[in-house]
Amino acid sequence: MNIWTYTIRRLLYVIPVLLGVCLIIFVLFNLVSPDPSLMMLGKHASAHQMAEIRHELGLDRSWFLQYWDIVKSAFTFDFGRSWSTKQEITQMIKNGAMPSLTVSVPAFAASTIIALIISLFVAFYRGGKFDKSIVIACVALMSIPALAYILFGQKILAYDWGLFEISGYEHGFPAFVPFVLLPCIIWVVLSIGPDVRFYRTVMLDEIYQDYVRTARAKGLTENVILFKHVLKNAMIPIITWVVIQIPFLILGALLLESFFGIPGLGGITLNAINSADFPVVRAMTVLSAVAYIVFSVITDVLYTIVDPRVRLK
Amino acid sequence: MGAVTIAEAGRIKEAEQKSKSLWRHAFESLMRDKYAVMSIGIICIYVIIAILTYTGVIASDWNLEVGPSYAIPSWDNIFGTDIFGHSVLSKTLKGAEVAISVGFVTTLISVVIGVFFGALAGYYGGKVDEIIVWFYTTFSSIPYIMLLVAITFILGKGLVAIYLALGLTSWVSLCRVIRGEVIRHKDREYVQAAYSIGGGHFRRLFKHILPNVMHLVIINASLTFQTAIKSEVILSYLGLGVQGRPSWGTMIDDAKLELARGVWWQLAAATFAMFLVVLAFNILGDALRDALDPKLKGK
Repeated sequence: MNIWTYTIRRLLYVIPVLLGVCLIIFVLFNLVSPDPSLMMLGKHASAHQMAEIRHELGLDRSWFLQYWDIVKSAFTFDFGRSWSTKQEITQMIKNGAMPSLTVSVPAFAASTIIALIISLFVAFYRGGKFDKSIVIACVALMSIPALAYILFGQKILAYDWGLFEISGYEHGFPAFVPFVLLPCIIWVVLSIGPDVRFYRTVMLDEIYQDYVRTARAKGLTENVILFKHVLKNAMIPIITWVVIQIPFLILGALLLESFFGIPGLGGITLNAINSADFPVVRAMTVLSAVAYIVFSVITDVLYTIVDPRVRLK
Repeated sequence: MGAVTIAEAGRIKEAEQKSKSLWRHAFESLMRDKYAVMSIGIICIYVIIAILTYTGVIASDWNLEVGPSYAIPSWDNIFGTDIFGHSVLSKTLKGAEVAISVGFVTTLISVVIGVFFGALAGYYGGKVDEIIVWFYTTFSSIPYIMLLVAITFILGKGLVAIYLALGLTSWVSLCRVIRGEVIRHKDREYVQAAYSIGGGHFRRLFKHILPNVMHLVIINASLTFQTAIKSEVILSYLGLGVQGRPSWGTMIDDAKLELARGVWWQLAAATFAMFLVVLAFNILGDALRDALDPKLKGK
């Protein structure tokens, strides 16, 4: 099977997955969740009022039509209006995407590069004290809850020492930089542990392969082996690991954004969760699921291009 | 002659050592790792604390006023007091109860679902496999946090909702791993041998294959356990946490308002309590993987 047939088949598989995702979202938000008309009107609503609001929200239509709306929204990105702010959700997403990306993209790039450099060092000095202490440091970093980093970081670095802005955001290129610095740093600290551990495992997997022994027998230096041979082969799992994280960048960091007052998609989502704004939460779920599906197709196709050993079935 | 018998005795002893089971080997190598032993000790202490607070032997004064509001840490109250004058130390101890129970029940739910579906998919293949793979692909396409929030929304607040939400969202990776491993095992000679002496599907799958993939379950469970403890904090921050009794999540959540007034001890106590047990699970998880995964032998 060649790469094109594989890609087409992989794309066709998107359809059942997307329908399934929409089904789960439909069941969660439309079928089993508590009646939104009750939540919006309170305890003393009359039956007439409730029927009216249910009609307004489109909840009196058949299940199939409601399900179909969700499926349609996955393609058209037309999610209707928010219940609490009455804004068009599509517009909210457009406004929120940029602030989210200004935090998540630099943070993601920085953490990936730093983690790769550290793990290369660790692979070079494998088995020694340096290796061991880095692994322990990673595990320790991972064991502290994310909220503690955010709270202590905001309090000590921004509030007490005044090194960063405490919270807030400004649009436009140089203006946003001081506001995203601390969230970016916290992001890097949060993701460096799992990243380094993963990259280290990948590189150590490669370093014990036969081709490395051959390279060493040829008399190549450890540097050439590491950078030219091991890194190239380790790139396959590393690319997969990196690409599959990209869809989550769109949503930004839920907690970081809401703590630092960044008006991104993550902050919007958390507000919507707090105010039980179902359409917004549903829209964000659909959006991130679609992004995830698209990127997993890209990862799979990339994988077959980069690694000829992957047999297409 | 004497020398020969000693050599023979040595050989016999060696043979005896070689015939130790995989589990025995794993256990011994685990016990040689002093960090792993320490982690097991820490986890045991947490479990004991959780049982003792549950039965009311210690920290039963967590909802009593023991001092003024926001008393700073002193000899009377080692971790200070919270807004109601409750002892933060007692609250932290009481929080272990929620953390351990959340970790335990969540892990149990995810192991049962993950192993069951993973084994079915891997063993039967074909349509069953396709449906199960479709199901978990679908499930994992929805971001974890959204699914978590949606399920807790529906089930309402409380401990049971947290158990179910965390349990129902954390089985996919285990299911995937078990499926892959069962596929690798199902055509091996020992399974064919079981078939040839008349073992049915059920017997082959549960008696022969599953014990051979059990190590993956254990490794995965140690990961699920600590993820569950960490996720409880996020749920508490979203206001979907435990009601009516202290948990580390609600303590950290309270701290977001207290910190501006300089009240850091509640956050510090909960963070430290959590750090220690999550760290122990992390180290234990690594040690378990080294001890149990034959692919990593000799590295």
